[in-house]
Amino acid sequence: MTTPQAPLLHASGISKFFPGAVALDEVELKLYPGEVHALLGENGAGKSTLIKCLTGAYRRDGGTITLDGEDIDAKSTAESQELGIGTVYQEVNLLPNLTVAENLFMGRQPTRLGLVNRRQMNTQAREALLGYGLDLDPGEPLNSFSVAVQQVVAIARAVALSGKVLILDEPTASLDRDEVDLLFGVIRQLKDSGLSIVFITHFLDQVFEISDRATVLRNGRVVGERLLADVTQHDVVTLMLGRQLEATVQDRKAGKPGALLLEINDLAKRGMIEPFSMNLHRGEVVGLAGLLGSGRTETANLLFGAVQADHGKMLIDGREARIANPRDAVAQGFAMCPEDRKTHGIVGDLSVRDNIILALQARQGWMRPIPRAKVHEIAEHYVKALDIRLASLDMPIRLLSGGNQQKALLARWLATEPDVLILDEPTRGIDVGAHAEIIALIERLRENGMALLVASSELEELVAYSTRVVVLRDRHQVRELTGDEITADNIVHAIAAEPEKGAA
Amino acid sequence: MPATTPSLFKRITPQLLILAVVIGLNFLVFPDFFDVSFRNGRLFGNLVDVFNRGAPVALLCIGMTLVIATKGIDLSVGAVMAIAGATAASLVTDGYGWGTALLGALATGALCGFWNGFLVAVLRIQPIVATLVLMVAGRGIAQLITEGTILTFNNEGLIRLGAGTFMGIPTPIVIWLALGTLATIGVRRTALGMLIESIGVNEASSRLAGINSRVLLICVYLASGLCAALAGVIVAADIKGADANNAGLWLELDAILAVVIGGNSLLGGRFSIVASLIGALIIQSVNSVILLSGMPPEFNLVIKALLILAILVIQSPRVAHLIYMLRASGPERLPERQRPSVQEPKEDAL
Ligand SMILES: Nc1ncnc2c1ncn2[C@@H]1O[C@H](COP(=O)(O)OP(=O)(O)OP(=O)(O)O)[C@@H](O)[C@H]1O
Ligand SMILES: [Mg+2]
Repeated sequence: MTTPQAPLLHASGISKFFPGAVALDEVELKLYPGEVHALLGENGAGKSTLIKCLTGAYRRDGGTITLDGEDIDAKSTAESQELGIGTVYQEVNLLPNLTVAENLFMGRQPTRLGLVNRRQMNTQAREALLGYGLDLDPGEPLNSFSVAVQQVVAIARAVALSGKVLILDEPTASLDRDEVDLLFGVIRQLKDSGLSIVFITHFLDQVFEISDRATVLRNGRVVGERLLADVTQHDVVTLMLGRQLEATVQDRKAGKPGALLLEINDLAKRGMIEPFSMNLHRGEVVGLAGLLGSGRTETANLLFGAVQADHGKMLIDGREARIANPRDAVAQGFAMCPEDRKTHGIVGDLSVRDNIILALQARQGWMRPIPRAKVHEIAEHYVKALDIRLASLDMPIRLLSGGNQQKALLARWLATEPDVLILDEPTRGIDVGAHAEIIALIERLRENGMALLVASSELEELVAYSTRVVVLRDRHQVRELTGDEITADNIVHAIAAEPEKGAA
Repeated sequence: MPATTPSLFKRITPQLLILAVVIGLNFLVFPDFFDVSFRNGRLFGNLVDVFNRGAPVALLCIGMTLVIATKGIDLSVGAVMAIAGATAASLVTDGYGWGTALLGALATGALCGFWNGFLVAVLRIQPIVATLVLMVAGRGIAQLITEGTILTFNNEGLIRLGAGTFMGIPTPIVIWLALGTLATIGVRRTALGMLIESIGVNEASSRLAGINSRVLLICVYLASGLCAALAGVIVAADIKGADANNAGLWLELDAILAVVIGGNSLLGGRFSIVASLIGALIIQSVNSVILLSGMPPEFNLVIKALLILAILVIQSPRVAHLIYMLRASGPERLPERQRPSVQEPKEDAL
């Protein structure tokens, strides 16, 4: 990069206070035209808050923002869009009941004689999404698609709205490699046309792949701005955490699986997942690998009773178990952290404390409230054990940063001390430090005899903790890898291999 | 979890202030408002009247609060009152005792509530539509029971529920205070309150956490039906007759209003029964101001609407924000003075 001229967008002295927390303390951010600027920091460092202050979603408590040398002060997100700042917020913020096309064009629908021209809108929407590798019917309601698709729609919308600046807050969290590549292609085009792009993610590989410069936040303060060409990943991590990240040596071969716990025989649901069979022992971590839409989440939901199987059976400790809904599953010692934490995980308006004890309380029944002291003890314990950053246990969970919400959900299920823990994308949105901690936690739970089933799109992660990996493709179980077979390469192979015979 | 005293007090402060203002207005237009006397073994006075006349809405809003906390609404409570009143009246005119009549009325109320709950929780019909069915059909059912007439009765026991006293206090007051206390304890000393709130905030998440949302939803509508039935019996007992056409007419709206004035969100989630009950008292005090001011009755509804509008405007987030801005425009702005309620992200962010 040549040394740039004046910044396109310059925010300085940005402060934001929340009751009990200083989320941003005199933060400075300089975006030069034609650069991709990574915003890095741990969970709760203040990245999303900074974005919201820039775009007017929050009122800032101090600081100035200039765009093209002129002071701006967007009071709402609509105003910042008019200024040419397109944003994808961390929690996808679309209208799930409207169609894909309507979401894309909301507020700027093509019209004919003053009426919305639906056909044209749908055609344009389809074309726009093809650019991201999505071929779908834009006339369908948004909520009939997966989180990943919704995320792409949000990105496409923001890109279309961004005249000068495009802000992406963890846009790739639920995307596959291919979709990420397509997205990066779009970003490079925009960058060449002189836009500034802010990119937030916890995937450092992606940061180094696409970004030119990075600003690192810690506890609401800027701890450094670096040209990425000058630094290594290791430097960045150390800057983010304020300490060295110990290399986690994986030595999972220790300890062999315990007693057989769960036998799944041809469990299936028509149109959703083909017959699935598997045994699960205590002290075992089975990884579920596969592309988006390959049936990872569906399998998890099926086991947990979130969708009801119409075929096959399940034996727990040798006895046939009837699991018709999540309540049955919880009663049988199951637990599941779902993929989509906003709509299926957190109960946003309830306190962090209530959210943590929710599953345990539900299992105990309403007549036996968990005593306050006990609730406090449990909540405090997990906040400490998982290092959940919060101002108070009484704050609504939706105010926690994304990664901390994820940890609180994990706490909810650990509190029930389950026999079988199903994790669907457990590290989504979690920072590098916490990522290592969660992997260590999975390891620890396994050693203590829990049986885990973990669905993840991150292969390295699967390789790190799985004692067995089941590979899914097109809603079929295609392979099972054990022991030394478990490598990222083998998984990729199994995912990509032509559907020959001999699969599990 | 159980609200501790200071946090409960903080929660209901706005409602208490509004109540104080409206009661103050009563005092302004009618200086004898606070006079309470004890005659013939019964308390008399305008303040007592507010508590007494407010009983039906107070009872309704207990159930309504729970229903609204689950993101629902129960439009049928007025009609259920009519059905329950008619049931009680027809039972006593058929020669049954007042106890049987009361139980019969409560059973019909429970049945109505169960029906609503079934439509909402099992058939997944939107609450406003589901309860509209009974709102419309209910009065017809009540008319069938009363056979189209105003069914009068003179069963002492039943009449006492509406017009009698308990230790000098009019029975309706005792009933709603008792039920309100019972309900509050029932939801806060158990985990019910939290589970109900959880369903209201995010049903999908709640179900995945193992909460039996179907049963809870049915229970909540059942509770609302029971409250409505009790209110219906009291109203019938008060006029010594069941009027299928007019008993509880429009009261569902007053009950919803009481819940809203109580600061409970129609979008479900956190709720306070105590705040709703104060809301009911506020509504009755507004009625009382209009009555005592001696204004021509044709003004009543308009003035009531204006007063209520004023109350809601004062409670609106925009005004709260304005007040906050005025306060915060002082010389120094310390973080401690930031108010949480206005720091929320705007949900319109697209
Ligand atoms: N409305 C709010 N009220 C109180 N505290 C808040 C509010 N919003 C955010 N916070 C706090 O501010 C801090 C910064 O949160 P923010 O969401 O910006 O983190 P982040 O860097 O985006 O983290 P993540 O990587 O997990 O998304 C967190 O500690 C969070 O709990
Ligand atoms: Mg964030």
